[in-house]
Amino acid sequence: MIDQTSETAILTREAVAAPGLAKRSWVGFARFVRTKPLGAIGGVLVLMLVFVAALAPVLAPFDPRSTPAAPWESPNSTYILGADYVGRDVLSRLIYGARISLYVGMGSVLVGITASFVIGVALTYAGGVVDMVAQRIVDALMSLPGLLIALAIMAVVTPSLNTVILAIVIGMIAPVIRTVRSQVLSMKELDYVTAARAVGAKPNRIIFRHIVPNCFATYLVLATYYLGFAIIIESSLSFLGVGTPPDEPSWGAMLVRASAAHIKSGPWLAIFPGLAIFLVVMGFNLLGDALRDVLDPRLRGR
Amino acid sequence: MYQYLFRRLLLFVPTMLLATIMVFALFSIVPGDAAVFLLTGEDAGGRVTNDDFERLRSDLGLDRPVYIQYADWLWGVVQGDLGNSLYYGSPFGLELLERFARTFELAVLAIVMAFIAAVPLGILSAMKQDSGVDYASRVIALLGIAMPTFWIGVLVIYGLTYGFNWGPPLVYAHLWEAPWENLKLMLLPAAVVGFHDMAFTARVTRSAMLEVMREDYMRTARSKGLREWVVVSRHALKNALLPVITVSGYQFGRLLGGVIIVEQIFVVPGVGTFLIDGIRHRDFPVIQGVILMTAAVVLLLNLVIDMLYGILDPRIRYS
Repeated sequence: MIDQTSETAILTREAVAAPGLAKRSWVGFARFVRTKPLGAIGGVLVLMLVFVAALAPVLAPFDPRSTPAAPWESPNSTYILGADYVGRDVLSRLIYGARISLYVGMGSVLVGITASFVIGVALTYAGGVVDMVAQRIVDALMSLPGLLIALAIMAVVTPSLNTVILAIVIGMIAPVIRTVRSQVLSMKELDYVTAARAVGAKPNRIIFRHIVPNCFATYLVLATYYLGFAIIIESSLSFLGVGTPPDEPSWGAMLVRASAAHIKSGPWLAIFPGLAIFLVVMGFNLLGDALRDVLDPRLRGR
Repeated sequence: MYQYLFRRLLLFVPTMLLATIMVFALFSIVPGDAAVFLLTGEDAGGRVTNDDFERLRSDLGLDRPVYIQYADWLWGVVQGDLGNSLYYGSPFGLELLERFARTFELAVLAIVMAFIAAVPLGILSAMKQDSGVDYASRVIALLGIAMPTFWIGVLVIYGLTYGFNWGPPLVYAHLWEAPWENLKLMLLPAAVVGFHDMAFTARVTRSAMLEVMREDYMRTARSKGLREWVVVSRHALKNALLPVITVSGYQFGRLLGGVIIVEQIFVVPGVGTFLIDGIRHRDFPVIQGVILMTAAVVLLLNLVIDMLYGILDPRIRYS
């Protein structure tokens, strides 16, 4: 009798559990939107970037490299956001520019944050002289702003999207290594790590089963913030004329001819690419703030 | 006390040395070397023989082992000789110093302006937490962080050109010759750079003030009947400002990154325009010089801040 009820209880629980996963994540999502409205706005901005980048060929009315309009043509019904100094459609270039921003941003973050994690975790376990020397290298790198490091790298490599990623990665790696290192160090003192060590777990097991999974939240938060950073550095490099090759529709490069002498000819060229960078970076920052609050209560309010 | 200062000073030397190694190494691991860039660059023109190449390499000292090149270069740097510009073929140390002074002026102006705006904003924000003022100042902070510096610069120039028919001046006024003109020139770019820093500093001030407000001595001060502004200015601010000053000191390096861009927009003949020209011409010694100088200034500044901090806050030097 008792067995039977408990069996039905398990059955019903399983029956609920099947659609429950989708429902649960929906509930979690709804709660995220309710408690973190700014984070939700950030999420929408990020999703829009992904959407525009993915559907660029469908959304863009013109080829971003062709010159269908007259130079400096003002916004009209055909060229909604006007044309640039050689007659390329600004809207189409903005849409294709989303691909560059997303590619460089994702590339830098995947390579940079992952590498920083590997190095950061390795350092805390290496300790001793290795750690000491690495710390000084991080200090030396930290003495230079990320943009300056990226500029120095761009001076010695051939400009391309991938070398821009390399430059951004080296520009951001030092502060991330420092964050990861301090977090892993404090994690090593936590009770469950001590417990694992007490039952005789080897360092490999502790790193991969206990420390790495618990760093996931930090990884996600850092990745979100640094996506914004990477996009700003990429556009700064192309604004300065040493980043993405000139033919590519990078948002930063679009602003170059908008400055100084040309500004009166086409204010739309000064406004829209900057607005795109601003919205995307703000999106990543808002999302990062919200994710940090939700995922990592220890960092809350800092 | 002296032990702390000494330890901190001791840390500075290897870090600075590592910075020189990194700066030097970056330009030594380039595929090919400076000689190749000089001969194959767009300015070289004409055909080059292998003999030309070897002669140039030995002229530049590139045929020696790397560590000798490094030692030679470092010895020069220590004596204040940064080498010759590859593009102009003449020493550039003095010009770099002169340009760095302008950049430094711009950066200091920016940080002062940022500080003057950010601290009251942060205090107001913390005292009236979750009020309209708080939200407004947080929105400003968010704008400052997400708006790229060059966009702000371009928009400011656009607004001034459109509204007042003003353009960035073509002639630069020197600080010592025409201080007033110079200040007028520098104020606008400094404000553009400072905006980002202001956003950041306001955020730090807000959280530092919020933290201090919860301390016991704040309650004591209030309960002994002190007026609110005395409590805030004498008790809260004094304690909250210390971390704010430290953080904005550390921000100085990042500020220099913004200055590089803004100099380009406002046509200020500082170190940023020098660096960008250097990169366009593949003028490696110039790039090395700029980067080394920046690193030295930032590291020295951090050293000074840490030492001041050790003097002002006894908790630091005993930990």
